[in-house]
Amino acid sequence: MNILYEPWPWYVGGPLIALVLFLLLFAGKQFGMSSNLRTACAAMDADKLSDYFNYDWKSKRWNLLVVLGAAMGGFIASHYMSNSAVAINSDVAQQLATDYKITSAGEAYLPSEIFSLEALGDPFNIAILLLGGMMVGFGARYGGGCTSGHGISGLSNLQRPSLIAVLGFFIGGLIMVHLLYPLIFG
Amino acid sequence: MKNIVYIIIGILFGIIMYKSEAASWFRIYEMFQFGSFHMYGLMGSAVLLGIVGIKVIKQKNIQPLDGSDMSLEPKDKSVTRYLVGGIIFGLGWALAGVCPGPMYVLAGAGYVSILIVILGALIGTLIYGVLRKKLPH
Repeated sequence: MNILYEPWPWYVGGPLIALVLFLLLFAGKQFGMSSNLRTACAAMDADKLSDYFNYDWKSKRWNLLVVLGAAMGGFIASHYMSNSAVAINSDVAQQLATDYKITSAGEAYLPSEIFSLEALGDPFNIAILLLGGMMVGFGARYGGGCTSGHGISGLSNLQRPSLIAVLGFFIGGLIMVHLLYPLIFG
Repeated sequence: MKNIVYIIIGILFGIIMYKSEAASWFRIYEMFQFGSFHMYGLMGSAVLLGIVGIKVIKQKNIQPLDGSDMSLEPKDKSVTRYLVGGIIFGLGWALAGVCPGPMYVLAGAGYVSILIVILGALIGTLIYGVLRKKLPH
């Protein structure tokens, strides 16, 4: 019962992610979560803006179904399988509290200082979330994939482009956390 | 019938992302601070098993259940788009603390704020679609 309720360690989660990769391969598809963004734009008639969205998106409807399932999985896991408190390295938690006044580590799944409904009253937080999302969407389509498409599928298939992309993910992430966070949140 | 299969795979994926805490802002931040092996172990073990499994699939020429070809086409060769796109993605990943899969998982978990991130991701995708021909690939 505990394994259902406790957070899963990496050696449980990692092999299960590989299982998802193989399940999709045996269904004839490649694991990658960001292509649904293009599918969603195309389904909302974005082909009027750019021919990038003018393609047979209905043939990619499967990835919207995976997204629907993912949301259902999130509902099930958060409501019935977790207390949604993420404990991280205590030094990192301390640093978050000292430098950025983010004190919800160990108590919440996402920092309530940024993600709670009250925090949405502050336009600064809305700008952070919107800008972060825009860079994720733009970067994933420009770079041709995200953490799953490049990080898991591409690397598993020994693709050099995916290695370059993953390198980019980390360069960007490290720049953000180490150089820009002090300017944005400090 | 096939639709249900995709939804079930999605549910499995969503539960894994939530339970392994890969969908948690805190875990992403901790990863970029090199504060824990967790995220590296998560991705590393998935990729290691993925490499072995795909090798076997290729060697034994295993086909998907419906008899189609395995979706394992090589990616287009380039450096610019992967590096620049990757860096922009990484900046967003660390700023919002979430990547494209877990966005939907968190939406299902009831975090309303994540809808703003999803909206941003759709806008970012639109911008890419409009600018694509002007960008070096």
